[in-house]
Parts: sequence; structure tokens; C-alpha cells
Amino acid sequence: MTALSGRNRTRIGLAVLGIVLLAFPWLDHNNSHIDFLANAGAFILLALGLNIVVGFAGLLDLGYAAFFAIGSYAYAMLASQQFGIHIPFWIMLFVASVIAAIFGILLGAPTLRLRGDYLAIVTLGFGEIVPQTFLNLTQFTNGPNGISSLDQPSIFGKSFGFSATPYYYVLLVLIVLGILIAVNLQRSRLGRAWMAIREDELAARHMGINTTAAKLSAFALGASFSGLAGVAYAAKLSLVSPDQFQFNVSVLVLSMLVLGGMGNIAGVIVGSFVLSFINSFLLPQSTNLAHAIGLANVDFTNYRFMLYGVILVAMMLFRPEGLIPSRQRKAEFHEAMADPTLALQEQSEYEGAART
Amino acid sequence: MALLEVDGIDASYGRIRALQGVSLRVEEGEIVTLIGGNGAGKTTTLRAISGLVKPTKGAIRFAGDDVLRDTPDRIVRRGVGHSPEGRRVFARMTVRENLELGAYTRTSKAEIASDFERVLEIFPRLKERIAQKSGTLSGGEQQMLAMARALMSRPKLLMLDEPSLGLSPILVQTIFGVIREINARGTTVLLIEQNARQALGIASRGYVLEVGKIVHEDTAANLMASEAVRAAYLGGGAA
Repeated sequence: MTALSGRNRTRIGLAVLGIVLLAFPWLDHNNSHIDFLANAGAFILLALGLNIVVGFAGLLDLGYAAFFAIGSYAYAMLASQQFGIHIPFWIMLFVASVIAAIFGILLGAPTLRLRGDYLAIVTLGFGEIVPQTFLNLTQFTNGPNGISSLDQPSIFGKSFGFSATPYYYVLLVLIVLGILIAVNLQRSRLGRAWMAIREDELAARHMGINTTAAKLSAFALGASFSGLAGVAYAAKLSLVSPDQFQFNVSVLVLSMLVLGGMGNIAGVIVGSFVLSFINSFLLPQSTNLAHAIGLANVDFTNYRFMLYGVILVAMMLFRPEGLIPSRQRKAEFHEAMADPTLALQEQSEYEGAART
Repeated sequence: MALLEVDGIDASYGRIRALQGVSLRVEEGEIVTLIGGNGAGKTTTLRAISGLVKPTKGAIRFAGDDVLRDTPDRIVRRGVGHSPEGRRVFARMTVRENLELGAYTRTSKAEIASDFERVLEIFPRLKERIAQKSGTLSGGEQQMLAMARALMSRPKLLMLDEPSLGLSPILVQTIFGVIREINARGTTVLLIEQNARQALGIASRGYVLEVGKIVHEDTAANLMASEAVRAAYLGGGAA
């Protein structure tokens, strides 16, 4: 047998991808490319976190940017001249993810009885309230000006400086960590509880699942990922301001999930990479290209939302389960249509068998 | 000591009173049935026992412990299995995954594996369908799955909410046969049914619920013979 089994092929594929990702900053010296990848990394981390809430537990959260804001502001307030507190970046990763998780529970608790549309609307509200709060707490946050010149992280006494490369590696490590956590969660007892809640919350309660604890864990764990992303993103930009965490960020991250395949970790990563690529690379680069060939009035980045819209509508029409769907989602969108006739057929078949 | 004692519970949904002073008792090893028409409060009674509806008055004791304030997951852990109204199988999961979720509260893998074999013995039909999505099962098979899933928590008391609803007469026979078998294997059963004749046929005792109140309680044989019950629930009498 010379053919590789599917599992081995996947392993080799992942190993090659890992080497390429590790070596990338040496292969490509264009700092803007690394910068793009580091930003995309922050969004992948956000998408992995939101996937826990929406993909695993089925709780539609339209205000996820709130936790991204909380993580970012935590770093800005505790690692800058703002209050003269300078907690190291590495410790802040941990602290901010805990803070975000606590807010995940605080904002999740009032929504426990809500489902579907109602949950979405309340989370939408929280997503607006949090940046508004940062905007209006001027004495702590400088309001619309935000907090700037945040501490530069350093490693072994060497500052990250203004290169994107160290952030690229930090995010790569965080993403690998995030994937490991997400994969293990999905396979855990808690992961099964989430799946049951997503399918039918009342039936889940009949199974003896503590739905309150399971849902709060989803909110807390999901939020903790965005705490990490927030710290890395804020440190990299060395600036936070309330306008970075508008509703469109929540929608963007949710779109990444929808595009990639909600509930599927590989799908979520692909989806967030593709949207980041379009958003921060393809559109600006093609605009530059257009300017270079003399089309000075063209700015493709203005068409960003139109393009998202087209992509999402196309996905809903042709591949609603996402690019790389989870098994469960696929069933949801495809087998459901075949169900009624199939079930009827089975019923009559069974009764026929019982009579003879 | 009775396995389950429900003592004068009131329950309401907002301003609508669903139960008024409902009391019932299930002894270990019995099949007890609660019969009554639509909206009588049968499902609410089971939901109150499961902790899914909180009674405003009264007491519920299971195996001697007060469980009125317990959360639903704790009640399942105490040994109350509940096959819900409308089956509510996890349609997009396979039969196996449904059964595994039924054993959610349990930890011993060996015990779960042996119970898995046991319920498939009781429901051989499910064994054939083990890898199939439960949404593709027939109504009868889904009912079997809902019951099997509730059994996977290894309940002392199995509560069944209208297991015969929507099934063909032959399937109803099968389901009632299985309930008898589950009981013979040592599980106490509290059964609610609109199909009073079938339910009284396998039960030892019964309660009749009308608009939130228990109006009759007796042995199944006496209820079956009672004129009032016959007229209202067994299609006997002049009509």
C-alpha cells in the first residue's frame, strides 16, 4: 500500500503549512504583507472565539466586537502612560482574556432566557453599549481620541518595535493555541452539551444538561479569545479608539463564520482569512494598481460592503453551509429538504413489516 | 415510602393556572398513568416533576427527598428520566449520538456501554438505524428513540409524555408492549396518555386530570369500570 491514508495526508499538509507560515517572514520581506497577515491573525482569533458562541452553542451574538473592545481597552489602560500602569504584554494576554471572559458572563447572564432573534437583538445592544461607554468615559479613555502610545511588548529584553513580524509570530502561536482549545472543547462533554443546546435547548434540559452553566461557559470562553485578540491588536497598533469596535466589526466576524462554515474550525479560519484578504489586501492593492495605471478616481475599498453583501447572498443561495461545513450544518441545510418524504416512506415500510 | 410523591402543587403560566392542588403518588415498580384531555395539565405535571416548571405551592418528593427547588439537571441525576412531549429527538444527530446524550449525566463508560446494549435489546429497530440521522426515522422509531434516550440516564422513574401520539394502531401496540417490558426489567413508569384504554390496560393505578385538578384516582381496573371515566375517556356510554 503506497497510497497515504486521509489522516496522514492531512498531517503532512498541516506540517507543510506550518513550515511555510513559520518561514514566511524570511521568504517575503515586504513588511506590508506581514502586517496584513498579523491583522488577519487577530481576526482569525476573533472568529475562532465567536465560533464557540455561535457555531458550537448556537447563540447568535451580534455584539461580539464588545469583547474585542474590552480586551483592547484593558491593554490600553493597564499598559500605557494613561494611568502610569505598565503590566507586561505577556501577562496582559492572560489578564485581558480573564477580564473579557468575566464580561462574557456578565453580558451573557441577562440573555440566558432569550433565544434566536431576541438574543441577537440584545447582544446587538450590548455591542453598541460597550464602545459607547468607552467613548463617554472621557476621564479614563480620552473619549473619541482614544488612548495612544501603548507599551511596546518586548521579549528577552528586546522590544517589538514597529515591525509587524513579532506580532505575526505572537498571533500565530495564539491561533495554534486557540485551535487546540477549540478542538478539545468541541470533543469535550461541554462541547456535546453545546451541540445539544444548539439543536434543541428544551430537549437538552431533558437530558440533564445544565443549560445555564453551558451557555455561560460558551459566552466566557468565546469572549476570552477576543480578549487575546484585543491585546495583540491594540499593542500592534499602539492605539485604541472607540471607532475600531463598531457594529461592522461584529458583522465582519460573523460573516467570516458564515462564509467559512459555522461550527467547523478549519472553515472558520479559511472564512476569516478570505474576508481579511479581500478587505485589507485585495481591495487596497487593486486600488493602488488602478491609480498606477491612471484611474485616479477609483477606490475599490469603498465597495467593500457591497462585495461582502454579494458574497453572503451568493453563499446563502449556493452553499449555505459555508466553504468547509461541519457535518452537522451540512445536514441542517441539505438533508432537511429530503426529510419529510423519507420519514413517511419509512413509516409505511415499517408498518408493512409489522403487519406481516 | 413512595418513590414519587406530588403533594398539592399549583403551577401557572403567567396568569393562567395550569395546576391546582395536584397530588399523586408512584410506588416503586408500578406503572401509574395520568389520563385526561387536551389542556388538562398532564404535561405540566410531568414538567413540574422534572423541574422545568416551578410550582408556586405544594411539595414534590422523590425517593424521600424534597426536589421542589432542584434544577432540571439535578432531578435527572436523581433518577428521573423524562421522554418529552413531541419526542424532541435531536433530528440532525444520529441515533447513537442521541443515545449518548441521554447518558449525559453519567460518568462510568462501562455502565453506559452496557446500558447501550440493553436499550438496543429492548428496541431492536434502533439497532438497525444506529448510524442514521434521527430526523430520517419514522414517527414510531422516533418515539422509540425518545424512550430509549430517556432510559440511557438509567432512571429509577421513567416519565413518558403521550408515547402513542400520532402512531398507527399497530405501532401503539408495539410501544405499549415495550413500556410493559421496561417496567418488567425494573423501571417504575409514570405514563401520561390520551389513549386511556391502552394506558389503563398496562397500568396498575391511574389518575384522571381535568382542567388542572385530579378528579378521580383508583386502580386501573376500577377506573376502567367506572361509568364517569368510560363516558369521558373510553368512548363508552351512550355516545
